[in-house]
Amino acid sequence: MKAIATRNPIADRWVGLALLAPALAVILVFFVAPLAMSAVVAFRRKDGGLTLEHFAKSFDLYTTDLLFTLAIVLASTILIGLVAIAIAGYLTLGENPRAVAILRWLYRWPLFIPFVVAGQVMRTFLAKNGMLNHVLIGTGLIEPLSAQSLLDWRGIVVAFVWKQAPFVTLLLAGAMASIETQHIEAARNLGARRLRVLIDIILPQVRGTLLVGLVLSFVTMLSVLSVPLMINPNSPTMITVDVAYRINTFGDYAVANALCLLSLILAAGGAWFYLHHAVEKVERA
Amino acid sequence: MTALSLPAPLRSVLRAIALALFAFAIFGPLLNLLLWAFAERWYFPNKLPLEFGLTFWYRVFQPRGNALASLGTSVWIAVLTVALSLAVAVPAGYALGRLRLPWRSAILLLFLLPQAVPNLPVYVNIAQVFYQIGLNGTILGVVLVHASHGLVLAVWIASAAFASVDVSLEEASRNLGASPWTCFRTVTLPLAAPGLIASAIFVFLESLDEFTGTYFVGVPDVTTLPLLMFNASMGGNYQIASITALLLLIPSIGFMLVVERFLKADVLAMVGR
Repeated sequence: MKAIATRNPIADRWVGLALLAPALAVILVFFVAPLAMSAVVAFRRKDGGLTLEHFAKSFDLYTTDLLFTLAIVLASTILIGLVAIAIAGYLTLGENPRAVAILRWLYRWPLFIPFVVAGQVMRTFLAKNGMLNHVLIGTGLIEPLSAQSLLDWRGIVVAFVWKQAPFVTLLLAGAMASIETQHIEAARNLGARRLRVLIDIILPQVRGTLLVGLVLSFVTMLSVLSVPLMINPNSPTMITVDVAYRINTFGDYAVANALCLLSLILAAGGAWFYLHHAVEKVERA
Repeated sequence: MTALSLPAPLRSVLRAIALALFAFAIFGPLLNLLLWAFAERWYFPNKLPLEFGLTFWYRVFQPRGNALASLGTSVWIAVLTVALSLAVAVPAGYALGRLRLPWRSAILLLFLLPQAVPNLPVYVNIAQVFYQIGLNGTILGVVLVHASHGLVLAVWIASAAFASVDVSLEEASRNLGASPWTCFRTVTLPLAAPGLIASAIFVFLESLDEFTGTYFVGVPDVTTLPLLMFNASMGGNYQIASITALLLLIPSIGFMLVVERFLKADVLAMVGR
């Protein structure tokens, strides 16, 4: 293959396409086609004509849930960003090697834990009888009577941040580690505080990585079904729960697809940003 | 930071407290899960289970229990998904990592699509189509859904793994008379192997943990471990749900601990190039 690759660019092209074809076929048939179908079904009347009635119905029934979804996912994304900056920042600038080592070992545990397990874990941890309340009561921070279940929008946000922050932290800490240390040392020698160094010198250089990680998380969280189903299945809830409900209860694929398209539009801003960054990266290489 | 102006002992104490709080945030939820897995009876307002025991473990692991069957289904689906994903991702990764192709970055971006777009519409419509052609509720249907998503990581990591193999080694083997296939089999493939193994593990884990696609496409006959856990949890059986969740945690945490051994920096540096 090497010989073909170096001597004959035309043959190279055909060999390449032949090698790519099966993978491309899988993506086109099982991802792109269903996605396109979503757009068709959402606009189709029973007799085949075009209509906006499914969207009208979606807004009628689920406007609150659309806003609820956006608010939860945005809040989670912002919190994930703050947590990731704090942890990655300490990993980069921390002066106590033992504390840095412990933190590095600690933060990653939820990295590959599936959302459905994170949902179950938080379902018990944040419940009225959960460990969080017992610890808060035990340490005297709250009265036993004021213990409340956090299994509502707060539970979803906690589950999202717990599960997704390690991923962004991993990306961010990697990016911070590859920054020229001279800049940081120079600023430190001039007496800059660590927080200043983090905000003024480090963050601007890893902005791209941070945003890509956050956008990926944003899009991922938008289509998580298990966490809202397990933590907060009742209205107001996330759009994914409504989609499952439309299908399982009514077999209503039209409104389900309209809702899916609306969540695609929510993601579109993020996805556009992400692709923009990815293209830049590929072209730079 | 403000801590800089504080005396050193106070600073260590604050640091220790912060680390302890963080450890609680990470391990508290997991510890709670562990308690539930071994609780015989536990209700409000008791801080700890009233009775510990293994009754539910026996129930989960009884020879004809649902859990073992689901575990089997999950592993079988994950193995098939890895086989299918790698069978198409290794050639594609080689082409993207090694050959000069037109629209290379566009193709790489296409493979990124399943990560950059919410998957819900895809699963919903695949389920509808599969229902019409009889693939709903079959292992093959679930494998196809898992593979189309797993392919993203598989192609990207495989192409990075091939790109990180030193071309001069291949040239040396070719100059010594090896055929292209021998060269690929004895030089390129072994050198790319750690990256390929990493991508296989990623795909395996993703399939093992996948919920939404299986929820729509697997019904009513394919019950994977995540679905079993979900059903137990929604049915209020926290012990069974927690034990199943623990089973799912083992591979996830195991992989988290060894991931860097497989994904070396040189491969990571090539991801997305």
